[in-house]
Amino acid sequence: MDYITADKVTFAYEADENEERLEVLHGVSLGVRKGEFVALLGHNGSGKSTLAKHFNAMLLPSGGKVYVDGLDTMDEALKIEIRRRVGLVLQNPDNQLVASIVEEDVAFGPENLGIAPPEIRKRVDAALKAVEMYDYRLNAPYKLSGGQKQRIAIAGIIAMEPDCIVLDEPTAMLDPRGRDEVLRTIHKLNRENGITIVLITHYMDEAVGADRVVVMDDGRVLTQGTPREVFSRVRLLKDHQLDVPQATELVWRLRGEGYDLPECALDIDECVAALEPLLNS
Amino acid sequence: MIRDITLGQYIPGRSLIHRMDPRVKIALTFVFIVFLFIASNFEGLLMMVALMFLILFLSGVPLSQYFRSLKAILFIVLFTGVLNLFYGGGRVVWRCPFFPAMQITDGGIGNAVFISIRIVSLILFSSVLTFTTSPTELTDALERLMKPLKVFHVKVHEIAMMMTIALRFVPTLLEETDKIMSAQKARGADLESGGVMQRIRALVPILIPLFVSSFRRAYDLAMAMECRCYHGGEGRTKMKQLHMTGLDAAAVACTAVFCGAVIFCAAYFPASLR
Repeated sequence: MDYITADKVTFAYEADENEERLEVLHGVSLGVRKGEFVALLGHNGSGKSTLAKHFNAMLLPSGGKVYVDGLDTMDEALKIEIRRRVGLVLQNPDNQLVASIVEEDVAFGPENLGIAPPEIRKRVDAALKAVEMYDYRLNAPYKLSGGQKQRIAIAGIIAMEPDCIVLDEPTAMLDPRGRDEVLRTIHKLNRENGITIVLITHYMDEAVGADRVVVMDDGRVLTQGTPREVFSRVRLLKDHQLDVPQATELVWRLRGEGYDLPECALDIDECVAALEPLLNS
Repeated sequence: MIRDITLGQYIPGRSLIHRMDPRVKIALTFVFIVFLFIASNFEGLLMMVALMFLILFLSGVPLSQYFRSLKAILFIVLFTGVLNLFYGGGRVVWRCPFFPAMQITDGGIGNAVFISIRIVSLILFSSVLTFTTSPTELTDALERLMKPLKVFHVKVHEIAMMMTIALRFVPTLLEETDKIMSAQKARGADLESGGVMQRIRALVPILIPLFVSSFRRAYDLAMAMECRCYHGGEGRTKMKQLHMTGLDAAAVACTAVFCGAVIFCAAYFPASLR
């Protein structure tokens, strides 16, 4: 049984007069299992962010259904329950923080849920430790780096003790160091706390560490599978103007030139292992 | 720098005054201001000044900080002081040789001194509040103090939430203004020369992008807040509870003694303002 189920979801933005109704999702069906790390790939306008916002009832499908832990997102009364279970982290860390002190910001979610103050304190401390920002709990957010701010935003979601976190391009506005920090945090939460992760990104390299990669194109699921399966379909991805990780690309091109190489290299280490015998011979 | 506005004028510390409940601090500051005006003679005013020095001493904030906050109102104190010199009864001390109507009397001198002390005390009392209480504590306390206003359908929680968000976004928007200014300068915008009107007009290309981006931020923030289950003040709890302790009781008692003394002075000594 999937934790999140999207069943033939279509979505269209309400059109103004004289405008055509713009359908962004054309019948997407997708399941996310509990504890899974799913990377949702696609370029701008592929509908990946729109789909993600369906996972915690921020957007409601125009057609089809979305279920979270068996709860129908169309049911207005369940909205808070659903958002407690599935947290959404947005792209710009500056625009997600509410309070001017780190720990008070992290407490915002649990406060909204009406949790008792001593329990909030415990959760806030645990959440800040989980993202390794406990030492900064009394700082002002604007003095932190982008990666640190994004980790605070993640802590704010963890403090609600969700089963799943959906991250909508959380690294798009960060420098490489901040990106590493955030990715490491996400992987740690998935591994150690068993939190289901849906990571939306257009950096192919970030998708390599996922359990499953789902590629979206033009409001449909183009292909999905383990990173190895998906990134060996280089031709398919290229036909849809999508990139593959650089290591994969290199090996693929060399194979195209007729060199005897393994079918797919996902990261630099695999690429090195593949090329070493070739260079030595 | 203006960037540190999130902390406002707050000077972190662990003094007795810092540790008081912010609600009590706000209420007592209000009482002090009222009693500064109830004190109608120098004897009563002396009581308030004594209380003020006691609080300044207990706050643990360096006196130089207080002087700095007085510098800002120096002009107002001088202006009202000088003006009061000429409005008062009693014996004439000095008469302007050109305009005989302008004269300084001993009553006027008394008034000038009295009112100057009153204004200076007023500023110092409120400085103690802002120096020893962080803006978050202040908004928190205000939310709770204003709670009774809910009866009159005042949206107390919403107002407090707006204050919190405003405080949070001041440094962010300042940074953004800096960036936009640099961007416009890079395109040849001239922000530094010309007359007043010209400079005001030069601000338009800065304000418009700032406005647009503020709305975008507001949209994002609203979404982030909804994602974190925000649904108004209904059923909301607070991580930090405010507690009144013996310290606050002592402060209230101490204030009561001094205020009693002011009332006593007002009743037994003649008024100083003439």
